[in-house]
Amino acid sequence: MSSSNPVVTFVTKTLTYRGGKGHWSWILHRLGGLGIATFLVLHIFDIFLVGASKSLFESLLFIYHNPVFRPALWALTFGVFYHAFNGVRIIIQDFWPGLFRYQKQLVLAVWIIVAILVIPLVGIDISNMLSH
Amino acid sequence: MQVTLKVQRLNPETNSIPYWQEYTIEAEPTDRVLDGLIKIKGEQDGTLTFRSSCAHGICGSDAMRINGQNRLACKVLFKDIGSNVTVEPITGLPVVKDLVVDMEPFMEHYRSVLPFFINDDPIPTQERLQSQADRARFDDTTKCILCACCTTSCPSFWANGEYVGPAAIVQAHRFIFDSRDQGTDQRLDILSDPEGVWRCRTIFNCTNACPREIEVTKAIGEVKKAMLYRKI
Repeated sequence: MSSSNPVVTFVTKTLTYRGGKGHWSWILHRLGGLGIATFLVLHIFDIFLVGASKSLFESLLFIYHNPVFRPALWALTFGVFYHAFNGVRIIIQDFWPGLFRYQKQLVLAVWIIVAILVIPLVGIDISNMLSH
Repeated sequence: MQVTLKVQRLNPETNSIPYWQEYTIEAEPTDRVLDGLIKIKGEQDGTLTFRSSCAHGICGSDAMRINGQNRLACKVLFKDIGSNVTVEPITGLPVVKDLVVDMEPFMEHYRSVLPFFINDDPIPTQERLQSQADRARFDDTTKCILCACCTTSCPSFWANGEYVGPAAIVQAHRFIFDSRDQGTDQRLDILSDPEGVWRCRTIFNCTNACPREIEVTKAIGEVKKAMLYRKI
């Protein structure tokens, strides 16, 4: 059931711990950060390709048109907004420790703000996809 | 009621990878997980190893991960968690055997924050008086029993065992905010280390895990602020 590999053990123990809202917020925050970092590297490589070889860049454009790429962009949109607003929540709770009693409400506020921003954006993208 | 306890076991002398073992026992709904473990050890498997001392939530020796959450086995009733119970050792400390972990790394962090009264003034002839408000400032953090539930529920500690951990910060808070103590600067310097208070990611697992209901995340936040502004 368990592995002696510390990374596997860490991931297993993290995913199986029932820590509640703060725990899952932290996991999502980290995943969002990883997504942003991955996209940034991809983006820099992408721009580099335009300068280095336009034909190669154009020949690789099919990757962006792959149907899998679209949901990945929606996930990235969620990741960017979630990482930003959850980060603000953590800053607020660090500077005003007395607000720890309102953690549940603050976590909920983050989800509401992110939903307000992400759902319309994804909805517009889907309607654009369908109209083309 | 019939209770199935799935216990993570490890005997380093015979195997290096932990494994699960299931036990079924008859228990009262008001029995505690600790009662179940004692029953297994007494009636089914004498090799099952765990710590317990006072068995009343005071000594903090029976901290374990019960149904995925750090709890004291002597404070969790079967009626509150159901008849399928998973028990593992707390995470982040080396397992000695089954549910027993080596607490020394935890105690080392505890000792590192100077968890004792520091005051170089001449010893007064009477008590060092303190207002009720000054006493209330650190009242919450006096309740810590060093069970390690908080520290071993913290992902930052799981990832890096050098992190001083919530329990040590709570202990530091108890003295930093004591108006009679004069070791504040020393403790803040110790906790400003890269492995100190800034490793806290405000995850709140520590607060949820504390069997004494200490507002751990709040205490850590207060220490962070004290460090930032050098003001108590």
